[in-house]
Amino acid sequence: MKHVETEARPAGQAPPEAPHVDVTLNVNGTLHRLRLDARVTLLDALRDHLGLTGAKKGCDQGACGACTVMVDGRRVVSCLALAAQYEGREITTVESLSVDGELHPMQAAFARHDAFQCGYCTPGQIMSAVCLIAEGRANSEEDIREFMSGNICRCGAYPNIRAAIREVTGEG
Amino acid sequence: MHPFEYARATDADQAVAVVSADPHTSFLAGGTTQLDLMKDGVLHPERLIDITRLPLGGITHTASAIRVGALTTMEELATDPVVGERLPFVRQALLLGASTQLRNMATIGGNLLQRARCRYFRDPTVASCNKRNPGSGCAAITGIQRMHAILGTSDHCIALHASDVAVPLTALDAIVHVLGAEGSRSIPLTQFYLPPGDTPHIENVLRHGELITAIEIPLLPDGARSHYLKVRDRVSYEFALASAGVALATEDGLIQEARVALGGVGTIPWRAWNAEDVLRGARAGADSFRTAAEAALEGARPLPGTAFKVELAKRTLVRTLETVAGALS
Repeated sequence: MKHVETEARPAGQAPPEAPHVDVTLNVNGTLHRLRLDARVTLLDALRDHLGLTGAKKGCDQGACGACTVMVDGRRVVSCLALAAQYEGREITTVESLSVDGELHPMQAAFARHDAFQCGYCTPGQIMSAVCLIAEGRANSEEDIREFMSGNICRCGAYPNIRAAIREVTGEG
Repeated sequence: MHPFEYARATDADQAVAVVSADPHTSFLAGGTTQLDLMKDGVLHPERLIDITRLPLGGITHTASAIRVGALTTMEELATDPVVGERLPFVRQALLLGASTQLRNMATIGGNLLQRARCRYFRDPTVASCNKRNPGSGCAAITGIQRMHAILGTSDHCIALHASDVAVPLTALDAIVHVLGAEGSRSIPLTQFYLPPGDTPHIENVLRHGELITAIEIPLLPDGARSHYLKVRDRVSYEFALASAGVALATEDGLIQEARVALGGVGTIPWRAWNAEDVLRGARAGADSFRTAAEAALEGARPLPGTAFKVELAKRTLVRTLETVAGALS
C-alpha cells in the first residue's frame, strides 16, 4: 500500500493500523478475492493488485477519464471509486475487449485512424467510445464531442478519435 | 489519504443511527466529491458507511410530481422519459454537468450536497478558509475570484454552489425528503441551503447523520416551457460562469407563471424571486425580460475578479427567457 500517513499526530503515538476490507471483485468475468486497505480505489485494485494496467492513472481526481472502465455496462472513472464499493458488480476493463487476439472494432478503428499520439489516454478513450455507442450517443459529430468530453487527450488527437468512432458507427 | 473504516449499511435507520452517533463517521454514496476531497486531505472521516446498497434508488411518477430516490444517478434521472418530456430544463442541466462517467456514479442526493469547488477550500495548504477551518479567514476574497459567487456572499466566504441541476430544482420548489435519528422530515429546496453569513462551514439545514432519501420534483403545468442555459469557459465539461433555469407559462402573450433560478453566481442555488415578480402578469418581451434580469441581480456584490459576472448573468437570463418565450409562441 503506497499511501502514507501524513496527518499530524501527537508525539509518541503509534500510527493507527489502516483498516482493511475483504473484497471479491468480478473483473472481466473472473472473480478475485482481495484483502485491501479500505482506501484502495478501484483503479489501484485493478492496476496494483490484479496487474490490469490498461486503465491509466492520469489526474487521479476524476477529471481526465484515463481510468475509465465499465461497471454493469456503464462507464465510470475508477479513480473516484473505492474498490470495496464495487463488490458484486460486473467490472469490465479494456483488457477484455480483444477476443482471441482479434482487436475490438473500436480498437482497430483507433489504430487505423491514428487516434492517439502518446497513447496514455487511449484505453480510457476506447472504453468511453464503446459505451458512447451503447448509449446511443454517437449519432453526430456534435454529440460525440459533447459525450466524449470526459476523456481528455493532451496530445490533441480529438479529430482522429472522432473519426474512429464515426467509422465504427458506420458513418466514417 | 487518512485511514478509515469501511462498512456497508444494512438498512437506512441503522445507517442514520451509526452516522448520527459519531461526528467522524460519514455516509458514502457515489463518492465523486467525497473521495476526491479525502484524497486532497480536506475531508478525513474515520469511518464511511456505504449506503449504495440501500433501496433508495428508482424514480416514481404521479400526475403532478416525480419522486426520485436519493441514490438515483444523474444519468438515470437525465434519461428518464418523464423528465425529458415534462421537465426538459432539469434534463438539460443534468447533461450539462460533469461528464458521462461522473454522471453514472454521482447520485442526485450527493449532487445536492456537493461541496464548493473553491480552489482555496480544496487546498489544505492554504491556511485561510472559513469553510474548512472556521475563523481562519477567506483566501478567495483577495485571491483569484473568477469562479466565485456574487450573490449571497459574505465577508467570510464567496464560494459558489456549483450544482447545475439544483438550479431548475430550486426553481421548481423541489422538496428534499430526509431521514434522521428522530424521524423523517421534508424540506423545501428553497429553504435547504444556507448562505455563508459568518458560518460558511454550515452549508445546509441537515443535521449530522441526517440522510436524504428522496427528492420530490413537481412537474410543470401543461403548456409551460422551460430551458437551462449554461455559460462557461469551455463548451463542455466545465462549471458555469453563469447559468439560468427558467420555466414560463403564458396566455395571450401575458406571463401567467414564471420560475427563475440562477447558477454560477450564488453561494447557494439562487432563486430569483424578484425576477419572477417582475415577469408574472407582464407581457413576454425584451422590456420585461431585461427588467427581470436587473431585478435578479439586485444586491449582487461583485469583486474585481467577478465584476464581469453581473452583466453576464443578466444577459444569460435574458437569453434564457427569450428561448423559453420563443418556444411558447
